Amino acid sequence: MIATELPPDLVHQREEIKGYCADAGLDFFETIFEMVDYKKMNELASLGGFPTRYPHWNFGMEYDRLEKSYSYGLHKIYEMVINNDPCYAYLLNCNKLVDQKLVIAHVYAHCDFFKNNLYFAHTNRKMVDEMANHSSKVWKFVRKHGYDKVEEFLDRCLSIDNLIDLHSVFFERRENQTASALDAEETETPSSNRFSTDKSYLDKYINPPEVIAEQKRKEEEAAKEEGKKYPPEPVQDVLLFLIEHAPLNNWQSDILSMIREEAYYFAPQGQTKIMNEGWATYWHSKIMTGKALTDAEVIDFADHHSGTVHATPNQMNPYKIGVELMRDIEERWNTGRFGKEFEECEDLEKKRNWNTDHGKGREKIFEVRRVYNDIGFLDTFLTQEFCREQKLFVYGYNDRRNAYEIQDREFKVIKQQILMQLTNMGSPFIFVEDANHKNRGELFLRHRHDGIDLRKDYAADVLKNIHAMWTRPVHIGTEIEERTKIISFDGNDYHVKDH
Amino acid sequence: MHLNIESDHNRFKEIIRGKIREDFKKYITKGEMVGKRGKNLVSIPVPSIEIPKFRFDYRKQKGVGQGDGEIGSTLGPGDDQEGSAGAGNSPGKHILEVDVTLDELAEMLGEELELPNIQPKGKKNIVAEKDKYTGIRQTGPESLRHFKRTYRSAMRRQIMTGNYNYEDPRIIPFREDKRYRSWKSKSAPESNAAIIYIMDVSGSMGEEQKEIVRIESFWIDTWLRKQYDGIESRYIIHDSRAKEVDEHTFYHTRESGGTMISSAYSLCDQLLEREYPTDEWNIYVFHFSDGDNWETEDTVKCLTMLDTSLLPRANLLCYGQVESLYGSGDFIEALDGKFQEDNRLVTCEIPDKDGIYDSIKAFLGKGK
Repeated sequence: MIATELPPDLVHQREEIKGYCADAGLDFFETIFEMVDYKKMNELASLGGFPTRYPHWNFGMEYDRLEKSYSYGLHKIYEMVINNDPCYAYLLNCNKLVDQKLVIAHVYAHCDFFKNNLYFAHTNRKMVDEMANHSSKVWKFVRKHGYDKVEEFLDRCLSIDNLIDLHSVFFERRENQTASALDAEETETPSSNRFSTDKSYLDKYINPPEVIAEQKRKEEEAAKEEGKKYPPEPVQDVLLFLIEHAPLNNWQSDILSMIREEAYYFAPQGQTKIMNEGWATYWHSKIMTGKALTDAEVIDFADHHSGTVHATPNQMNPYKIGVELMRDIEERWNTGRFGKEFEECEDLEKKRNWNTDHGKGREKIFEVRRVYNDIGFLDTFLTQEFCREQKLFVYGYNDRRNAYEIQDREFKVIKQQILMQLTNMGSPFIFVEDANHKNRGELFLRHRHDGIDLRKDYAADVLKNIHAMWTRPVHIGTEIEERTKIISFDGNDYHVKDH
Repeated sequence: MHLNIESDHNRFKEIIRGKIREDFKKYITKGEMVGKRGKNLVSIPVPSIEIPKFRFDYRKQKGVGQGDGEIGSTLGPGDDQEGSAGAGNSPGKHILEVDVTLDELAEMLGEELELPNIQPKGKKNIVAEKDKYTGIRQTGPESLRHFKRTYRSAMRRQIMTGNYNYEDPRIIPFREDKRYRSWKSKSAPESNAAIIYIMDVSGSMGEEQKEIVRIESFWIDTWLRKQYDGIESRYIIHDSRAKEVDEHTFYHTRESGGTMISSAYSLCDQLLEREYPTDEWNIYVFHFSDGDNWETEDTVKCLTMLDTSLLPRANLLCYGQVESLYGSGDFIEALDGKFQEDNRLVTCEIPDKDGIYDSIKAFLGKGK
């Protein structure tokens, strides 16, 4: 990493703010701050915060956009921080001191979040190194197989990188369980061509692994021939399924595994966007206004802060919703406005002035930042009052007017919409249903339709990409305009059929 | 600072320009950002490529927003919402900002018109020797002494021998400490080109005609500059008399009076004779006129001059005849009549701005 140390005055500020953060109870990884110019900042941002990534044009595309919008003054990245141990954070060198102070406080809160939020528990904390490894691996493949070939395969991988199983990191899926159960059965029953012995050191000789493997393969083939369904249960981690079962070359399955690993690494950030930003915004404003701000800096701080939480008319600003909801929770748990007694209170006047001096606000938000992700956060704490105060609404597309319009301000509708949008990070649920469709080795995917159709043209192209890996025809069962359909790609043509 | 992103960025730009990965064409969306330059709003094109994924049909997707507004009030036309697909489906009404360098422009021009690269005529063996100061050595003339390196090695020596006093950092270089710049001679084949632009500025050439000439010369200039390292451009205007002018004057003068093309040709000839000897320069002459030469005798004189002195000197002589309010003259016919077989002379009629495209192709398409 390029040595771009903080200047002495900022080192001093950092130490001071770090102290305030620690005093407030934030618990973070060691954080390394680096000072970069806007070009480097744009570069890092387009690489997802990492100094080294595998070569791919989509990083260049992001850079193109950032560079242009920066040079026309449309945006400015104040800060970037990556979930790693130690955390790396980048500061923009042309910022004012007050901005840097705010950003430093913001960063420490993010680091606290990375370290303590449950959803980050499984992420690789040495991802900076891992990303660099991925990069050199891909470069190696490029040298061996040529840029175009590797790039084309990367494009295909990226086209399916949302087909992962977000919850799989927390428990073992049934597929694995049955597999291990099968293994156990196998060792127990001598009928599965295994000679039993009570001397374990002999096992290797009387049951040579190659022979066992060969027999297992035959059995599997036999099972397939019987038309036995595989996988036994639908699999949501399509990437893993392809890695394990598609006829890929070594380098291809390496790249696909790499893309999958990165997808799982980035997933928690997508799952906790609102909370994470809310948490960081909550703390920067707390620490700045309570401790770190000098009189002369108040206006600049207010300006920057209001820019951060500014609500654009038709979008939900995660910073804004996050911080307001955090504050709302703190307020409610300070005054005891929760629980059965409060909910069931009929007296509006009494409810409005409700205060039991419960005083557990701070404690509650620390708990919240530990155990929730965005879905749980909004599901549990979004209240009718909050929706009204924040003027939330649901918009939709009006075909006749060719425009988006406000459709509803009903609490239930809004909440349902938010939750739906956050579910599975806004991606449709896709499962591998049958890897031996029609007993011809064709791959059948299933889209669990929750009310919204897939984009048909894109779905067809994804099928084409999967086909390139699977090499046999690929299908997806879905609903289009309330009718069950199957979209297929057989290597040459697309077909859409009724189910 | 070296940016790793550059190769990814270049790759992206190449895909956008359709040079590679043609299968991606259908995923390219031409988005735009609206920015400000001075007081004007400008549109910044931000093309992007969307990798196809299983995703929801954005038209059927709802979203949650924040702010005032009655139920049913519009939020703006159907464009990009929270990262959903279909960015920028409304045509831009802003001034388009072209975000490419001249070099890229020339490249695109070359590709678009399928222009061949120019083969400098038979004297590519002109080799120029250039000295480059790239190295350091321990002997040399005092005038080439490298101050910083000298003191650095002196300091290193003093530290090593323990003669360096941190309290009083005084450094005295000895003879051995002295470092001198040294050079290497590099020989590079050099091809030089001179472009002579000649324009008729007689009364019959109006604004529109000059606009055409201006645009056309810009493109020619851009292309030739890409082909040659050292290019010199000279400008000649003429009515019944010719004179050499600078670039600005060339494009902005409006003279009146008659047309004597021979005056320009003889001036051009003198210029070439005096400053651009044929064996050292690749010479391009571009002549724009409405072709309405004053008298037939002058035309005859022109033809003779072309035949005897101008054409032998030039790589290429192009004559573009623009159509003025008073119609098009017959100079072009005279040229075609005499030099039809001669590929050193290219003539082309440019009736209006749309004709520029074809004429550039005609002029530069021979790769001479």
